[in-house]
Amino acid sequence: MAREVLLPHTIDDLWEIIRSEPGARLYAGGTDLFVKLRPQAHLPSSSPGTLVCLDRIEELKGIHEEDRLVCIRACTTHSEIMWDPVIRRHFPVLTKALRLLGSPQVRNMGTIGGNICTASPAGDTLTPLYALGASVETRSCDSGRLMPLKSFILGPGKAALQEGEVLYGIWITKDLDFNIHHFEKVGQRKALAIAIASMAALIKLSDEGVIEKIRLAWGSVAPTVVASRAIENALTGKPLTEDVLRDAMPLVADALSPIDDVRASAGYRRRVAANLLLRLLQYSNTGFEGPRVQGT
Amino acid sequence: MKISFVLNGKKRTADVQPDMRVVDLLREHLHLTGTKEGCGSGECGACTILVDGESRLSCLMLAAQLEGKRITTIEGLSKGKRLHPVQEAFVESGAVQCGFCTPGMVMTAVDMLSRNPDPSRDEIREGISGNLCRCTGYQKIVDAIEAAAKDKSR
Repeated sequence: MAREVLLPHTIDDLWEIIRSEPGARLYAGGTDLFVKLRPQAHLPSSSPGTLVCLDRIEELKGIHEEDRLVCIRACTTHSEIMWDPVIRRHFPVLTKALRLLGSPQVRNMGTIGGNICTASPAGDTLTPLYALGASVETRSCDSGRLMPLKSFILGPGKAALQEGEVLYGIWITKDLDFNIHHFEKVGQRKALAIAIASMAALIKLSDEGVIEKIRLAWGSVAPTVVASRAIENALTGKPLTEDVLRDAMPLVADALSPIDDVRASAGYRRRVAANLLLRLLQYSNTGFEGPRVQGT
Repeated sequence: MKISFVLNGKKRTADVQPDMRVVDLLREHLHLTGTKEGCGSGECGACTILVDGESRLSCLMLAAQLEGKRITTIEGLSKGKRLHPVQEAFVESGAVQCGFCTPGMVMTAVDMLSRNPDPSRDEIREGISGNLCRCTGYQKIVDAIEAAAKDKSR
């Protein structure tokens, strides 16, 4: 028995579908959903009845720049975001992360909204979006909500989407006043790799090499992305030197709760996540010489 | 369900289950077996086709999504007996061994070169990072794409 596949062209069409088929499964790129459905192809009882592809709804696509904010609509593909000059100018940490997500084909299909709603602990858009302090807007046929991304991600695979809601857009504040935008992902390959650990960093470094402001986020080392005020406070006002970073490394280990899985052990993740801090030395303006991270 | 799309420059209509995977529609229904399935989960790139000129994985697309789209498969690149310059470059550079990854590699290269007509070798490697090859070790594939980029008649 084949599943119905619906392709609404407007958001009003979508509300109508949600109303009449509340069990329908929404998707945009399908790069997560169809991999999940694959093993169940021969078990019709466990797969959703109706599928709804969102990728024809223009209102759910595009990058809209406002005075102080940028809104990325949920069904914008990773490729579109990665190539976008507004994103590159204001949020290069997101551009850098997207270059390491999946593969060119996966990026052409997958969407930022899908990555967020899948809510994998290893979601590559999540780490930079947490560092950027992004918010998400959800909408239903008669209402909308806005909340910080960190409130939207409840746990592995769980996003706070309510019945009848869709993720509408991701809002990021411009002019965050950082001059260093760093992202690194550790994986078994350079592409098509689920992150073993990742770290996004935004730093405002003074001309004298002092960290005036810093935001850090780690991915794949806890049920959700880890951001730690304690670590950020420990580094604020300090010079960007190896000693300072090494002193902060034990705090990183404490902030994480990684698991053992097929890709890596918890112990490895803890160690690597702390070591990723040392990569920030490459941005020191006081003469550090060492390996540059590819792709950043 | 009747689905209408343009395939390799020609208007087509396929009457299939809407949730049929595009790779199956191409291979089983339309008998265009140039597009291959290596993994079925988006990790090998063998099923790569172009949708409105953009490389996508046909193993992760459903037939219904083809409606109104312009699809190009490997069969659509050559014109009669004349190979597409990227295909020609693959042949000239010795970039084909078993040939299983080749259609996906070529489609990916066509998209890549349309976005970036003069890529560095590193950019080429990044561009084919979604396509696995078990035979060649990738060197000659990179050579081929580099040669195709330099071929001004493209």
